Amino acid sequence: MIARKGNPYMERPALRVTLIPIASTLAGSATAIVPIIATEPIVPPFGLMMLLAWRLLRPEIWPLWMALPLGLADDLLSGHYLGTAMILWTVAFLVLEWVDQLLLWREGWIEWAIAAVALPLLGVGAWALSQPIGSHTPVLSILPQTIGAILLFPVVLRLTARLDSWRLKR
Amino acid sequence: MAAPRHRRRGFSRRVQYGLFAGYVIAIVGILAGAALLLIARLDPRAFGTLRGVAVDAGALFTGVGRSGIDGLRDAGDAISAYVAAGSQNEMLREELVRARRALIRSKAIEAENIRLKKLSRLSEHLPAPILSARLIGSTPTGQRRFATLSAGTSDGVRPGMTVRSPDGLVGRVYESGIFASRVLLLTDGETAVPVKITRSGQAALATGQGDGTMEVRALIAGGNPFRRGDLVVTSGTGGVYTPNTPVAVVTVVRGDRAIARPLADPARADFAMVFPIFQAPVADLPAQPKP
Repeated sequence: MIARKGNPYMERPALRVTLIPIASTLAGSATAIVPIIATEPIVPPFGLMMLLAWRLLRPEIWPLWMALPLGLADDLLSGHYLGTAMILWTVAFLVLEWVDQLLLWREGWIEWAIAAVALPLLGVGAWALSQPIGSHTPVLSILPQTIGAILLFPVVLRLTARLDSWRLKR
Repeated sequence: MAAPRHRRRGFSRRVQYGLFAGYVIAIVGILAGAALLLIARLDPRAFGTLRGVAVDAGALFTGVGRSGIDGLRDAGDAISAYVAAGSQNEMLREELVRARRALIRSKAIEAENIRLKKLSRLSEHLPAPILSARLIGSTPTGQRRFATLSAGTSDGVRPGMTVRSPDGLVGRVYESGIFASRVLLLTDGETAVPVKITRSGQAALATGQGDGTMEVRALIAGGNPFRRGDLVVTSGTGGVYTPNTPVAVVTVVRGDRAIARPLADPARADFAMVFPIFQAPVADLPAQPKP
C-alpha cells in the first residue's frame, strides 16, 4: 500500500485547482444577468470567451464532456432554449480536439486567430438555434457583440493566464 | 512554442478508456441537447420549474447591483441637463405654450368623448393592473431579448401576461420563477403585436427584429400607409394586449413596411405594471331557437 500522505504523486489536487476554471466560466456566463437592460445584444458572450480561453491555454484540464454542464448553465442564465450552448460548445470542443492534432505550433497569435474564427461561427450557431419559428431577427444583429468579443479576446486570455498561475500557486 | 500534445493515448488502458468515454459522453450529450431543443420547439413552456429557479437565482444577484446602476445613470443625466440648460430653457418654453393649447383642445375632446360614450352606452372591459414591479435586468449577451421583472408566481404573475410602463407597452411575461420572472421584450423576434396607426386607424402587425427596433406591416397590401412619426398603438385584436396602449413610433418608411422604435425604454422604466391577459368582451350569442 502506498501512503497517500507525503507522496507528491498521490496527493489530491486542491479544490481551488479544479474549481477556478469552472467558476470563472460560470462567472462569464453570469454577465447575462448584469443589471443593464439592453434592447439589442451588445455585450460580448463572456462565458463562451472564458471557456475558449481555458480550453486553448490548458487543453488537458477538462474532459471533453465538460462543455455540456457549462453550456447548460449558460442556457439557463441567458434564457436561450435549453440545449443551444450545450450542443454548440461541445461541438466546439470536438473541433478543437481536431485542431490540436493539426497545429504543430502554438502562440498567443494563433490562439487569437482560432478564437476569431470560432466566435463568429458559434455566434451564428447560437442565433440559428435560439430563434423561434417565424422570427425576424436578422443574423447581422450579432455583429457588434462578435466584433467586441474578438477584440477583447486577448484580454480574456491574459486574465485566464493570471487565474491559471494563481490556481497553480503553492 | 511547439504545440503541447495532450490526450496521448499511450499504453495505459485506463487513459484509453477515459478518453473514449469522454467522446461517447460528448456525442450522447449533443444528441440529448438536440432532443432538448426539439422539446423546446414543440412545447416552449417545458422545464418551466428549472428555468424559473434559474430566473430567481439570477434575480438575486441582479437586484443588488441595480440600485448602483440607477444612481450612476441619474448622475449622468443631471450633468448633461446642466450643460444644455440655456438652449433647452427656450425650447421648453415654446413647447409649453404649444402643449397648453393642445391640452385645452384634448380636454374638450375628452368631454365630448364621455358624452358620446354615454350616448352609445359603450362599456369597455379594460383590465386593471395586477401589480407594479421593478425591471431589474436583462440578457444583453444572448440573441433573445429578455428583461427580468422582480415579481413571480408568488405575486400572481403568470406566463402570457402583458407588461407595460407609463410610456407604453414593454412586452409579455415569458416564464416566471417564484419571486422573479422573465419578460419577452417588444424587440425580440418572437413578439408579434396586433396594432393600428392612430392617424388613420389602419390595422397592422408589429414584430420585433432583435436589434432594438420593430417592423410594422400593414394587414392590407398595397398603398403607402405609414408616415414618419406615426404613433402605433395596440388594437386589441385577438385579445392578449389591452387596446390603445402606445407601442412604438415609426422612424423609417420602406414602401408598405415601416421600422418603428418602441416608446417604452425598459432601461429607463423604473416600474412596470403587469396586466392580466386581455379578453375582448364577447358579443351576445344569438339565442338558441326553441324546438
